[in-house]
Amino acid sequence: MKRIVKAALVAVWFMVLTFPLMGIKVNSVAKTLTWRWDRTALMGAATFFLALLWGWCFERKARGLPIISLPPGGAGRRPESGPGVRRGILLAVLAGMIAMPLLSSIYQTNIMISALLYVMLALGLNIVVGLAGQLVLGYVAFYAVGAYTYGLLHQYFGLGFWTCLPLGGVMAVIFGLILGFPVLRLRGDYLAIVTLGFGEIVRLTLQNWSSVTGGPRGISNIPRPELFGLQMGIEESSIYIYYLVLAAVLITILVISRLKNSRVGLALQALREDEIACEAMGIDVTRVKLSAFALGSCWAGFAGVIFAAKTTYINPASFTFMESAMILSMVVLGGMGSIVGVAAAAMLLILVPEYLRAFSEYRMLIFGAVMVLMMIFRPQGLVTGEKRRYRVPGENRARQTVEASHEARA
Amino acid sequence: MDLQYFFELFFGGLTRGSIYALIALGYTLVYGIIELINFAHGEVYMIGAFTALIVAGVLGMFGFPAVAVLIIAALAAVLWAAAYGYTIEKVAYKPLRGAPRLSPLISAIGMSIFLQNYVILAQTSDFVPFPRLLPDLDFLEYIGYIMGPSDFIILVTSMLTMICLSLFIRYTRMGKAMRATAQNRKMALLLGIDADRIISLTFIVGSALAAIGGVLIASHMGQVNFNIGFLAGLKAFTAAVLGGIGSIPGAMVGGLVLGLCESFTTGYFSGNYEDVLAFGILILILIFRPDGILGKAKVQKV
Repeated sequence: MKRIVKAALVAVWFMVLTFPLMGIKVNSVAKTLTWRWDRTALMGAATFFLALLWGWCFERKARGLPIISLPPGGAGRRPESGPGVRRGILLAVLAGMIAMPLLSSIYQTNIMISALLYVMLALGLNIVVGLAGQLVLGYVAFYAVGAYTYGLLHQYFGLGFWTCLPLGGVMAVIFGLILGFPVLRLRGDYLAIVTLGFGEIVRLTLQNWSSVTGGPRGISNIPRPELFGLQMGIEESSIYIYYLVLAAVLITILVISRLKNSRVGLALQALREDEIACEAMGIDVTRVKLSAFALGSCWAGFAGVIFAAKTTYINPASFTFMESAMILSMVVLGGMGSIVGVAAAAMLLILVPEYLRAFSEYRMLIFGAVMVLMMIFRPQGLVTGEKRRYRVPGENRARQTVEASHEARA
Repeated sequence: MDLQYFFELFFGGLTRGSIYALIALGYTLVYGIIELINFAHGEVYMIGAFTALIVAGVLGMFGFPAVAVLIIAALAAVLWAAAYGYTIEKVAYKPLRGAPRLSPLISAIGMSIFLQNYVILAQTSDFVPFPRLLPDLDFLEYIGYIMGPSDFIILVTSMLTMICLSLFIRYTRMGKAMRATAQNRKMALLLGIDADRIISLTFIVGSALAAIGGVLIASHMGQVNFNIGFLAGLKAFTAAVLGGIGSIPGAMVGGLVLGLCESFTTGYFSGNYEDVLAFGILILILIFRPDGILGKAKVQKV
C-alpha cells in the first residue's frame, strides 16, 4: 500500500514536471494554443507503473538479485552452454550472416551494412572504453577522419578505395596519437570532456574549411570499392560492400579477442582497474594509453573509409556528438570489454529501430534511457566481460586448513 | 583603432560572458560537492528557456501585460528548471553514489541525450521563435551606441543574480552547509548536515541559475531549439574549468573571460571558428593548467 501511494505521488510529480512541455503546445505564429491533457494523463499512468517497477528493481538490487537473468558470458558455467554449443551458435550466426544478402532484398542488405559498420565502431571504442577504461566522447572524429581521408584523397589525387583503406586507418591513428599525447595526464571526466571538445573541433573544422573539405556540402561522387576492375551495378556493389564489412568485422573480432589476452591487452585492463596500482606494477602507463588510443582510432578510420565508399557522399552532419554517444551506448549496453555483448548490442540498437518503425522516433530517447538505466541496474552490461582468473595450485586446501585452525581455536 | 567598435565588442563579450557565467555556476556548484560533470545541465538551461517560451505564449494569448508575462514566465522557468534539476539528480545520480567514477558520468550523458529527445518529441525539433520579453527602457538610450538595451538588462540581471548567490553561499545557513559539504562530505555528515539534502539543494540552485540564463539568452537571440543546451553547456563548462572548477568566483571570472575572448575573435578575425576557439581554450587549459585561473592545485590521492 505504501508503495502504491509513493508511486502515485511520483506520478503526480512527473505530471506537474512535464506539464508545460508535454501538455501545452503554443504556436506563436498562428496564435493557437493546444492543451494536450491526454498526454499528461498518459504520462501520469506511465510514471505510476514505472515508479512501481523502479522500486521493485531497487529492492531486488538491494537484496543482491539480478534484475534481468541472462545467460552468463563466461563459457562453461552451465552444462548446456558448453564451449561446443557456444561455437555452434556462433557458427550458425556466421552462416546466417554470410547467406543474408543472397536471401534478402537490397534494402535489407544496406541496413545490415550500416549495422555492421556500427558493430565495428563499437568494437573499436570498446578497446578504449571497455578495455582501457578511458572514456572517450569524441570517437566519431576518427570515423570522420577515415571518411574524409578517402573522400579528399579521391577528390584531389584520384586514389582508389583499396589504397585509401589502409591510409584511412593510418590517418586515424595519427589523429588518435595527436589527441592522445596531450591528454595523457587527464583522467575520467576531464578526459571525456576534452575528447568531446576534440570531436567537435574536427567536425567544425570540416564544416568551416570550405576551400578544402567542401564545407557543409561535403564531398560527393565518392566511388564505391572496385574489384579487379570489374564493373558492378549498384546492387552487386552493395553485396560486395556487405561482404567487405562482414570480413572487416570478423577481422576486428579476431584481432580484439587475440588482443584481450595479450600483454598489451592485459596492461589495458590493468589500467582500467586502477591506474595508480597499474603504474606501481611497472606498466608504462604512457605507452599503454597511447596504444589504446591508436588501436581504438584505427578501427574507426577503417570504418570511416568503408562508410564513405558505401554512401558515396559524406558531409560533416554525419559526424556529430550524437553518433559518438550512440556508439558509447552500444558499448555500455553490451558490457564494457565483452566482444559478443558489444557486437550484439550494436546490432540490436541499429536494427530494432530500423525494423520497428514506431520505435525509430524514440531511438535516441531510448539510447539515453538505456545509458542511465544500465549504469544504475547493470553497470557490467548485458554480457559480462570475462575476466581472466588464475588459481594458485592448492589454494583451496590452504584455505581449508586456515579455516580448520580457526575452528580448532574457537 | 576604432574605439567605439572596441567597446561594442567589449560589452557584447561581457553580456555573453555573464550568461556563460550563470550556467557555469551550476557546473561548478555540483562539481564542488559531488565531483561530477553534470552533462545534463545544458539541457536544464534549454528546458528553462522552453518553459518560459510556453508560459509566455499562453499568457500572451490571454492578453496579459508585457511586464507580467516576463515576470511570470521567468518565474515559471526557474521553478520548473529547478524541479527538473532535482528530479535528474534523484533519478540518474543518486542511485550511483559510491559507484565507480565512470558510471555517473555515463549516466549523465545518457540523461542529457534523453532530455534533448524528450523535448524534440514533446515539442518540436525546429527552431521556435521566442517572444521579445525584455522591455525597451527609454532611459537606456544614451548608452545605446555601445550596447543594446537587452544586453544591458542581461548584464545587470546576471550580475545581480551572481551577487545574490554569493551572499546566499556566504551568509545563510544553507550556504554554509553547502560549503562545508563541498570541503569534506564525511566531516559535514558527522556535524549533522544532511548531505543528500545539500546535494539536492545544489542541483536546485544550479538549475535555477541556468534557467535565468536560458530566459535571458533566449529572449536576446529570439529563438530556441532543443540543441541550444549542448553548445551552451559545453561553453559554460569551459568557463567553469577556465576559472577553476569548484570555485564560485572562478566560474564568474571564467565566464566573462571566455565571453570576451569569443567576442574579440569574432569581431577582429572571423566568426567561423568561434566555437573552435572555445574548445581549443578548454583543451589547452585542461592540459596546461587543469586547476584554472582561480583554482588551487590538488594532489592526487590514492
